Amino acid sequence: MTSKLFLALLLLPFSGLAQDDPAGVDMLDTAVVVVAPPTSVIAVDHKYDKGERIDLTWVPSIDDQLVEGKVLAYRIYRIVNDGGPQLVADVATGVGPYQYADEDLHRDSIYSYYVAAVSSNYEAASTRTAPMSPQREWMNLDRKWLFLIALIVGGSVLLFITAARRGTKLFVRKIAGLEAVDEAVGRATEMGRPILFVPGIRDMDDVQTLAALTILGRVSRVIADYDTRIFMPTSRSLVMTAGRETVKAAYQAAGRPDKYSDDMVTYYTDEQFGYVAAVDGVMVREKPATVFLLGAFFAESLILAETGNYIGAIQIGGTARPAQLPFFIAACDFTLIGEELFAASAYLSGEPMQLGSLKGQDVGKAIAMIAIIVGAVAITIGEAWDVEFMHDIVTWLSGVFSTR
Amino acid sequence: MFKRRIPLFILAFVGTLLIVSVFIPPMENLGEDFTLFFDIIAVFAFFLGGGNLVRIHFGKLRRRKKDWGFSIVTLVAFFFMLTIGLLKVSSVGGVWNIPLLGIGDPAAIAASPTTEGSWFQETFNYVINPLQSTMYALLAFFVASASYRAFRAKNREATLLLLAAFIILLGRTPFGMELTRWVPESFSVLQIPNMAIWIMNSPNLAGQRAILIGIGLGVVSMSLRLILGIERSYLGEDRG
Amino acid sequence: MGKRHWILLGAIVAVIIIAAVLWLFPKERWGTVFSLLLVFGGLVALLLRSLYAKEVERRIIFLFILVAVAAPILFPITFTEKPTAVVQAVFDKIENLPSGSTVLLSFDFDPAMAPEVQPMANAISRHCLEKGHKVIFMSLWATGQALLSQSLSDYILLGFPDKVDGVDYVNIGYKAGNEGVLNVIVSNFEKMFPTDVNSVPLKDIRIFDDIASAKDVDFIMSIGGGMPGPKEWVLFVGDPGDVDVGVGVAAVVAPQMYPYYPAQVIGILGGVKGAAEYEYALKDAYPVFADMDTPGLRMMGPQTLAHIVILSFIVIGNIIYFRGRRERKQ
Repeated sequence: MTSKLFLALLLLPFSGLAQDDPAGVDMLDTAVVVVAPPTSVIAVDHKYDKGERIDLTWVPSIDDQLVEGKVLAYRIYRIVNDGGPQLVADVATGVGPYQYADEDLHRDSIYSYYVAAVSSNYEAASTRTAPMSPQREWMNLDRKWLFLIALIVGGSVLLFITAARRGTKLFVRKIAGLEAVDEAVGRATEMGRPILFVPGIRDMDDVQTLAALTILGRVSRVIADYDTRIFMPTSRSLVMTAGRETVKAAYQAAGRPDKYSDDMVTYYTDEQFGYVAAVDGVMVREKPATVFLLGAFFAESLILAETGNYIGAIQIGGTARPAQLPFFIAACDFTLIGEELFAASAYLSGEPMQLGSLKGQDVGKAIAMIAIIVGAVAITIGEAWDVEFMHDIVTWLSGVFSTR
Repeated sequence: MFKRRIPLFILAFVGTLLIVSVFIPPMENLGEDFTLFFDIIAVFAFFLGGGNLVRIHFGKLRRRKKDWGFSIVTLVAFFFMLTIGLLKVSSVGGVWNIPLLGIGDPAAIAASPTTEGSWFQETFNYVINPLQSTMYALLAFFVASASYRAFRAKNREATLLLLAAFIILLGRTPFGMELTRWVPESFSVLQIPNMAIWIMNSPNLAGQRAILIGIGLGVVSMSLRLILGIERSYLGEDRG
Repeated sequence: MGKRHWILLGAIVAVIIIAAVLWLFPKERWGTVFSLLLVFGGLVALLLRSLYAKEVERRIIFLFILVAVAAPILFPITFTEKPTAVVQAVFDKIENLPSGSTVLLSFDFDPAMAPEVQPMANAISRHCLEKGHKVIFMSLWATGQALLSQSLSDYILLGFPDKVDGVDYVNIGYKAGNEGVLNVIVSNFEKMFPTDVNSVPLKDIRIFDDIASAKDVDFIMSIGGGMPGPKEWVLFVGDPGDVDVGVGVAAVVAPQMYPYYPAQVIGILGGVKGAAEYEYALKDAYPVFADMDTPGLRMMGPQTLAHIVILSFIVIGNIIYFRGRRERKQ
């Protein structure tokens, strides 16, 4: 008891509880659960952030390591610019590593910390860490591999664009869905029926909607030339505005600005199924000869595509949502699968520079293929025969392609 | 000329900035900020969309165009929801609240339009909800008619697809389990539900991943074309 | 034989069948038996017709689906289930967490998707509460909040009258911002959700005493299927925060989640079948839930019959195709 009392008195100046409580010494008589403080409290600047975070680690109190349940929690105290200590957080014991990330700090302040082990009625504080300020880094080196891969893929796209500009012949495989665009527009013209263009249900911040608009640009040029009617219902106001600009510009470029009307592109509702009901209604009433379903689609894909099929329209579907592709493949005449949607405008333009950009994607695919094959072989051999070197390869590859 | 150049410049500038920001910690939140800017712009754009809807349907009604009856339904529904939402009309237990018109409890003006008893919420629960579910339920019918047409063993690939479809459809029902319950536990992978999971987990997954990788690269390539100003078809230009 | 003879023969057969059913089955099974006879009899007739390479009109297909879905709803048929590994994994995770752990359940769906995913949301909520876990309910969908509050008061909490709001569970509701919300709560709940749905400050809620961010939660279950939803939980919280995530999704979205299983997602409940398997496992393990409402299991009747109808139509379609091809060759 005397040694415990001595230890407690020794720790008294560091203990927040004892300082706050004038009856602290009296409490020692009533079975105080004295615990040893945590040690080796280290504060380090969080790497690769904008200077807002300090990471703390500590070695748990010896009492926590020896007796379960004696230390209830660790209290983190922060001292800012030589001010008084502020309680920042309680960290539970026994779960996970002993660490804490102090966030939302300022680069121009100086911080030091101490951690206290808390028992049911006692608090033992560690020594203070050296004063420090969080640092701001200008490059996130955790993402160096991402940077490198982006550089290689982006660089190769640029390289092939340059090569194409110099006149190198590039082969791009035939995409049936895009070969059919002219025919589909021609069919509508012959039948004297309109074309329906559905740009998906997402807004302009979805790259699939952008892809749909680039195709709309090409399609409306053909439409303007043939003088066919186009109807484009949208489920987002911004898509309506952008769609109008695109169609209008195509009519102007074709020398027929007078044929353009704002009624070609209209807005219905943001509500997913409300929009579907409206578009289905248009399909059944207007009976378009050709239906384009290009962009981001969700559960409505099959409802739209089946209605299009029912009215006997030629349908060209395309989306980068893998879950909806099977529905388009089942119900549309042609389907642009994922990347084909993004390639469509370049393909339709037939310009060497645009085709060059498609060729650049192949380098990315080659990297992906090599990584998949090497990874699959390494993990198979590594697991089957426990080869250290193969494990290393797997770890390295996971590190390279990790997004954290 | 400027009408073309300014959007191209904005696109190139913002695009490059956002790519770079991924690697520079002080600029890390730029993406989120731009998303917020976009949301704000999109909200204002609604006035264009809503206005356009009203204009078109009034036009249809005035000129007694074909199917003008539907326009009445649209306009009535539109203005009804707009009114009860803006005025925060509510009636709980026979007590009326229209705080903006000074009827009932004036404090109700601060309440959310989606509180219990508000007409907005009630319309949502009893009109919009069932309508949405009805549209979604149409999928059951369309899945059947689409499968009937699409799954035909026209060639080798189509036959494989047909077999996979059969196993998955059976595997999603207790019937599939019953059919292969006799298969011993050590060969449980041959039980139809497990075969269905294997198909989803292995061949289907491999295919989806390939498609996703292609999509990722397609997005990179298209974004670069847009940022570099090579792709201008959305501006109605045929040549880059 | 002329057309009249066929009709007469059909009528006689029908009368015999009806008499046999009335005689063989008890009264409460008549509805089930007649509807099954109607569906399967019709399918056999169409099968015979398909031998003449006659295409089936889509309205006939719709009619069959209508009967196949409606009949088991009116006259329930139930099946036994066996949880598959992906579902069992979620069940085991919740089962093996020590009582008093914190589980976050996110209702990321709208009314349209609710019939498909609400059953699993209810079953998992009940499991967590029964096991004594503290549950944080939230939603990333604006329309999900109303559904969440409604299902809490109308179904889930009915079986747990002694559970206290703020101590055993808390509903923090919906915040706009999609994956932005996740980006924030992975480091701090309070920044995004200063209060729960009843405007009680988070710092006054007992559950949040030890929980500062989504990283401190023991298990996260996202139930939904659209965007934002389960996938975003994995990418923005599960992975960066190193928290176990389980998902419950609409059947069409399930294939998209398999890439993340089992490393980033510990288990997947796909569609009504996933819910039915979970309900079965729950009833099996907890006698308390013997009389629990099991919409997932109930919906397996319509789903099974509808699948059988679709399968039959695929077979009929193929017979028509091959008969037609042979006729064309001839």
